[in-house]
Amino acid sequence: MTWRSPLALVRDALRGQRAREKDLRNLVSNLPYEGLEKRKQPNRYFPGNAIKTTKYTLLFFIPMNLFEQFHRLANIYFVGLAILNFVPVVNAFEPEIALIPICVIMCLTALKDAWEDFRRYQSDRKLNNTPCFIYSRKAKKFIERRWKDVRVGDFVKVICNEIVPADLLLLHTSDPNGVCHIETSNLDGETNLKQRRVMSGVCISDPDFEPESFNSLVVCEKPNNNLNHFKVLCVSIKCKDHMDSPKREKPDKEKVGAGIESLLLRGCTVRNTDHAVGFVVYAGHETKSMLNNNGPRYKRSKLERKLNKDVIFCVILLFFMCLNGALGHFLWLQALPTVPPYLVPDSNGHLDSPGLSSFYMFFTMIILLQVLIPISLYVSIELVKIGQIFFITNDIDLYDEATDSRIQCKALNITEDLGQIEYIFSDKTGTLTENKMVFRRCSIMGTEYPHKENAVRLAVLEESEAEENVLFNKRPQPVKPRWSLDTEDTNFEDRQHQHGSHRKSKVAGNAQSNVAFSSPLVNGFSHSLQSNNPMDPLSNMPKKSGYFSNIFTSWQRKPNRNRTISEDSVVEGDIFNLPEIMEEPGDINGLRRCSLYAPTNSDKPATTSDNLSYEAESPDEAALVYAAKAYGFTLLARTPDSVTVRLPSGEDLVFEVLDTLTFDSFRKRMSILVRDPITKKYVLYTKGADYAIMELLGTPYAENLRGIQKKIAADTQHHLDCYAKDGLRTLCFTKKVVSDKEYKSWFVNRQRALAAIENREQLVMDTAVQLETNLCLLGATGIEDRLQESVPDTIMALREAGIQVWVLTGDKLETAVNIGYACRLLEDEDLVINMSCKNKLTCTSIVDCALQEVRRYNEDPRNVDTTPDISLVIDGLTLNMALSSDLQDRFVELAKHCRSVLCCRVTPLQKSSVVKVVREKLKVMTLAVGDGANDVNMIQAADIGIGISGQEGMQAVMASDFAISRFKHLKKLLLVHGHWCYTRLANMIIYFFYKNVAYVNLLFWYQFFCGFSGTTMIDYWLMIFFNLFFTSAPPIMFGIMDRDISAEILLGVPELYRTGQGEGEYKFSTFWVNMLDAFYQSLACFFIPYLAYQGSDIDIFSFGTPLNTISLFTILLHLSIEIKAWTAVHLIIIGGSVVLYFVVTLAYSAVCVTCNPPSNPYWILPRQMADPMFYLLCLITTVVALLPRYTFHVLRNSIAPSPLVQAKHLDQLDPSTRSEYIKEWRSFRGGGQVKSSRLSTPPSPTLETPVGMYPQSPTVSDIMGDEFTLNVISENYQRHLHL
Amino acid sequence: MMASSYNAKDEDGHITVTGPGGGTLRSKKPENTAFKQQRLPAWQPILTAGTVLPAFFIIGLIFIPIGIGLYVTSNNIKEFEVDYTGVDMSSPCFNCSQNFSWNSTTPCTCTIPFFLEQPYESNVFMYYGLSNFYQNHRRYVKSRDDSQLNGDMTSLKEPSKECEPYAYHDNKPIAPCGAIANSMFNDTLELFYNDPNGTKVQIPLTNIGIAWWTDKHVKFKNPGAGEANQNLTAVFQGTTKPLNWRRPVYELDAAANNNGFINEDFIVWMRTAALPTFRKLYRIIKSPSNGMMPTMPRGNYTLEVVYNYPVRSFEGRKRMILSTISWMGGKNPFLGIAYITVGSVCFFLGVVLLIIHHKCGNRNNSADISN
Repeated sequence: MTWRSPLALVRDALRGQRAREKDLRNLVSNLPYEGLEKRKQPNRYFPGNAIKTTKYTLLFFIPMNLFEQFHRLANIYFVGLAILNFVPVVNAFEPEIALIPICVIMCLTALKDAWEDFRRYQSDRKLNNTPCFIYSRKAKKFIERRWKDVRVGDFVKVICNEIVPADLLLLHTSDPNGVCHIETSNLDGETNLKQRRVMSGVCISDPDFEPESFNSLVVCEKPNNNLNHFKVLCVSIKCKDHMDSPKREKPDKEKVGAGIESLLLRGCTVRNTDHAVGFVVYAGHETKSMLNNNGPRYKRSKLERKLNKDVIFCVILLFFMCLNGALGHFLWLQALPTVPPYLVPDSNGHLDSPGLSSFYMFFTMIILLQVLIPISLYVSIELVKIGQIFFITNDIDLYDEATDSRIQCKALNITEDLGQIEYIFSDKTGTLTENKMVFRRCSIMGTEYPHKENAVRLAVLEESEAEENVLFNKRPQPVKPRWSLDTEDTNFEDRQHQHGSHRKSKVAGNAQSNVAFSSPLVNGFSHSLQSNNPMDPLSNMPKKSGYFSNIFTSWQRKPNRNRTISEDSVVEGDIFNLPEIMEEPGDINGLRRCSLYAPTNSDKPATTSDNLSYEAESPDEAALVYAAKAYGFTLLARTPDSVTVRLPSGEDLVFEVLDTLTFDSFRKRMSILVRDPITKKYVLYTKGADYAIMELLGTPYAENLRGIQKKIAADTQHHLDCYAKDGLRTLCFTKKVVSDKEYKSWFVNRQRALAAIENREQLVMDTAVQLETNLCLLGATGIEDRLQESVPDTIMALREAGIQVWVLTGDKLETAVNIGYACRLLEDEDLVINMSCKNKLTCTSIVDCALQEVRRYNEDPRNVDTTPDISLVIDGLTLNMALSSDLQDRFVELAKHCRSVLCCRVTPLQKSSVVKVVREKLKVMTLAVGDGANDVNMIQAADIGIGISGQEGMQAVMASDFAISRFKHLKKLLLVHGHWCYTRLANMIIYFFYKNVAYVNLLFWYQFFCGFSGTTMIDYWLMIFFNLFFTSAPPIMFGIMDRDISAEILLGVPELYRTGQGEGEYKFSTFWVNMLDAFYQSLACFFIPYLAYQGSDIDIFSFGTPLNTISLFTILLHLSIEIKAWTAVHLIIIGGSVVLYFVVTLAYSAVCVTCNPPSNPYWILPRQMADPMFYLLCLITTVVALLPRYTFHVLRNSIAPSPLVQAKHLDQLDPSTRSEYIKEWRSFRGGGQVKSSRLSTPPSPTLETPVGMYPQSPTVSDIMGDEFTLNVISENYQRHLHL
Repeated sequence: MMASSYNAKDEDGHITVTGPGGGTLRSKKPENTAFKQQRLPAWQPILTAGTVLPAFFIIGLIFIPIGIGLYVTSNNIKEFEVDYTGVDMSSPCFNCSQNFSWNSTTPCTCTIPFFLEQPYESNVFMYYGLSNFYQNHRRYVKSRDDSQLNGDMTSLKEPSKECEPYAYHDNKPIAPCGAIANSMFNDTLELFYNDPNGTKVQIPLTNIGIAWWTDKHVKFKNPGAGEANQNLTAVFQGTTKPLNWRRPVYELDAAANNNGFINEDFIVWMRTAALPTFRKLYRIIKSPSNGMMPTMPRGNYTLEVVYNYPVRSFEGRKRMILSTISWMGGKNPFLGIAYITVGSVCFFLGVVLLIIHHKCGNRNNSADISN
């Protein structure tokens, strides 16, 4: 290393700083500079790949950890007190002893931190030393190095199943198509494979990639934490020399852009690819995965916030007690006529004036009474929460067999919030429903087709096996040729029987991978064909088949990690594509193929494709592909460039994929551009939400052709509405033939957009929008998403528990309402307010009107005895207006009166803003539950976010505080664990405050008898031990294990949950009642011994020892009044505490002769224990101290028992009587039973629609171009009243 | 682990799970044990009138007899108190109390006659009582050196800082140091029985056995204790007496086993009182060995006080107390009354609860949980 001037070093450092801060980075290959010293390296400014996530270093652990800990105000307070104790004029204890409690607590915390940091260090070291392959120019090959040796500008080779060491720009893979598959489960938890492709145009993808030939300048953006976004530009330059900016005048300069699809992220695993070579763009802490790694979130629970308030009250109390002490000391000194012999001057023989010494006394009192602020409370709360989480995660009822997953508690400090929830915001898809999509119906060119087998399958899966057998043994009944919407419900059962036999064998197999073939759809066709009535069905046939081939979507074989399979058969893709078979309706080939297909309805056509298992990005797509396969159109392979489909006839068609226009939430659709293998035309297929598609239908096209096109659209829309009513998810499909010229010009635009580095997303999207015009409607599909098991039951229970449930979904209004009824969010007898309007003015009037209505409804004397069952249905657009700042309050007021609210067509952002508004305006505890990436905002906005680990990846789970696997788990989590955690912790905290006040007040009362001089009558060590050991374990155990009511009762009577809501048990009054009780108890504990020993020859510590013992008994017995359920653990811990007290105190008083001046504990307790007075005092004082509390409990429980006490009575009955009681009681309340279906016709609500009171005339709203409805829905929202 | 969203453990896990062998995953299913499922057998008492009735009656039934017993015992204790502070002009000790100085060499003596109404049987304990003397003042309590008192030679020569400003005098260490020792009670009390036949008989007072055995034998030791024929005077050579003392510590008593730090009067004083009004055991009047005669028969007595200890500076009072003791210590009717009161209250509450139980009990059992 040569010497360099400091100036040069500084200059270099500054330059490095600038290079790192620049918006664009220029990177070049390291290879030409291999072996040179560091300062000649071009990429030296960028950090290496070694990571360090530890917070501390070995050398600076102590100062840094102390610094961390002193961020806690409480710690500063206690250390301040301990330091105060070193000031001789004010000290109350031996200064060293006063340090012990805070030291113990800080040491414990430091140990915990050190252990965590050590584990981080270990994992860092392991990670940094993981081997990887870096290209070396000297060796002319990839040589094995460590992760930490990777630098920006290196070429790294990753082998299959290896983890990517840094963010790599993919330059070469073993795959001839330049594709590399990665699994990002380490980053976002998604286990499906993602496809990355080689950056095209940079390197010639010859079989042997030569890193040394790479001489491009890589321009990339500043590191950011967006996992789905990356921009890079490669500028190939011919000259070998490195330069900071590419020479513009070079003629052979070529710019190529690429995005995230060419980036291998650190932490991903390479799958199904032999090897891949990439250029390191970001390393170490600049990689996207590391930038995404912002430690754990810290949420503060509601209880903790309240607790902090009470700590402030304790501080105020302490202040007044100290003031009292100081004042008392002053008056006491003033009253002395001369200097008495017991007033000790300082070492100079000088006595302070009364004023000064009472000023000092104030601080002495603070030190003396510091325990009033519970020092160990925070540590104890943390311990209790760990214990509570242990029990929650070990609950077998919250374990899901299917996924082998327990509940995960990610946030460690908000368990008790689970017991206080007032509002639940739930996603629909995947949360309430399975998110296992099953294809149910489709509409092709305006004609409806059912796909009944799925219905049968679903029905069968729900039934027991015995029933299944009965079902299948039934004789097949005559096939009903056509399905119509009207007959659907009545024929459902029949159909089940009809087709049961056909698919008996299939049900036994994998329900997911088998889709029945003998569907009524096919039967319908064969029937129609045979009945020699070809007109109608024949015209539909080709459309249908074409349609099915169109719905091949993104799919993959289940990620097979054994890479030998990958070579030939595995095809993957995550990009939606729509291959085509028939391009024109009524194509003759299609007709032929379909008629060929008809006879094979009971056989499986192609055996080879049987074992195909698809995996799709969204479950809808998988459902479509399975459905298509069921009809013989099997998707065989999907490569980035092609789609292979096997037709029922056995032929394979290969479509060339020209481009895919990926889904984005703005367009709400996705398209694929393919080249038809037969006609060689460019065809664009689009699928998307109906409203996103319908407006793009080419009107001129439709008009130009036939009126029938218009009719198709109308019919399809009708079918879509019907589907939505049935709760099906709908998708529309269109196609568009693109002319060669059109394609060419578009392609140029597209390429330019893709290469853009500024504003690339917008440009790419614009090109997509540009192409997606004048679409021609093909049809629509209805996909069923089954409700998860016990969802209605859970929602009923949650509502009985006083929780308002809101469902926020992106689905259509009809679908949402339907699901709402299905999951009993809406009841038939409910008053449903439907809000849907298009402009602000009407929105305002609707809200006002509804609000008045709701108030009137509530004030109506007829409704006093019943709970107001008002529900609100609102759509996204209206919601947006309702949440605007001027309407917000009124909307929230309205929502407060509604038992359930259904928001449909809402965006993720709206979801979170709804949560935020409700949370802030109503000051309530909110819980958000969701399963998908679109719920992440909401989950993070709510007080508690719950993620459901479902079909849609893990983003929701990663963002959540608790992760469950089924919606029904919410019931036990909230009703049982939430209730338990809350009552436990609330009681423990109250008890902790009580304990400290009761104990410290003994010292306070003593001050009245020692001239307010700050004397303690209890030995310091015993005082410290008292809080640290003798009385700390019982409350912690109490906080972890107490069980006021059994889980069965809590689940059976959800109303009990209400006890925790709002203020809950930990009220302001509860705190003060307990404080008063603590004062009373300390009075009793002090003055009874005082009166008993008054005037006797008792010495200080002989007086303090019984006091200490008495307060131990009182404090522990107080706890045992509070303990609701005694188990062996309780007995052992409480008994153990008493035994520990006596053992330690006896040992201390037997051993310590002069060890702890000036107190002389020697032989005090043994002497006291030999005195009958001691026991008599203990007995009576404990009784007197606890009598009021005990009597109060007894009287309250006898005269006005709380619901909890009544539930406890229930708990003690034997199970059968208990369930009878619950049933009886619930039926008495009415409507408590969860109905199995919603078919019963409810009575119409007495309420009339507010037509009269709403002045706006219909014409006005017509003029305004609005169509909004405010209607009272009874019996399935049929009475729409347009105002 | 927050350090990194993936770590080595996860990688291992993935590889074993997905490898060709397909290693079996251990199920994450929680153990179905009573403890983990929070189903431990539990006793769940509900505090209602019905269930706690017996407890109240039992407490009442136990406490009242105990209270009566305590009250009777306390009443049987005989106690006699003479205040000899001398605040009144009429008091014999008035003169002594007025002209006081810690350093006065001429002892002031006063004589107080009193009459015992009842004969005192068995051992009679003689106490001196001080009022308004805050022996429990924080600074005062600390002002001692326990290791010096324990016989530690270094502490003898170098008293602890706690003793300041009573640690050194004239550059000599004070033995025993500290404010407590310095302010030791130094009145001498003597009792005379005025025989009806006119003679004045001095009552023998024992000064052995008035301190705790453990204090005298373990806690307090003369320096160099254990050495054969120790000479206290020699041992305390180089130290000086506390300022207010008239005699050095090694001249507190003639008897060798009651001299120096192990002087029992000294030990008793050093056990600082808990409350500002206290008594300390001064002497024991042993009952006559024949046991037929009362220790102190009914009659006239004279208390002769060598009045040394000043209490006017803190408006204190000095008393001499004669008391017999029982198993529960000295006379204190409080505990007996407290037991009787609490017992009665519990009994009364029991009755109230009985009524409540009859009125509300049935309703509770019907388990209606309406909110």
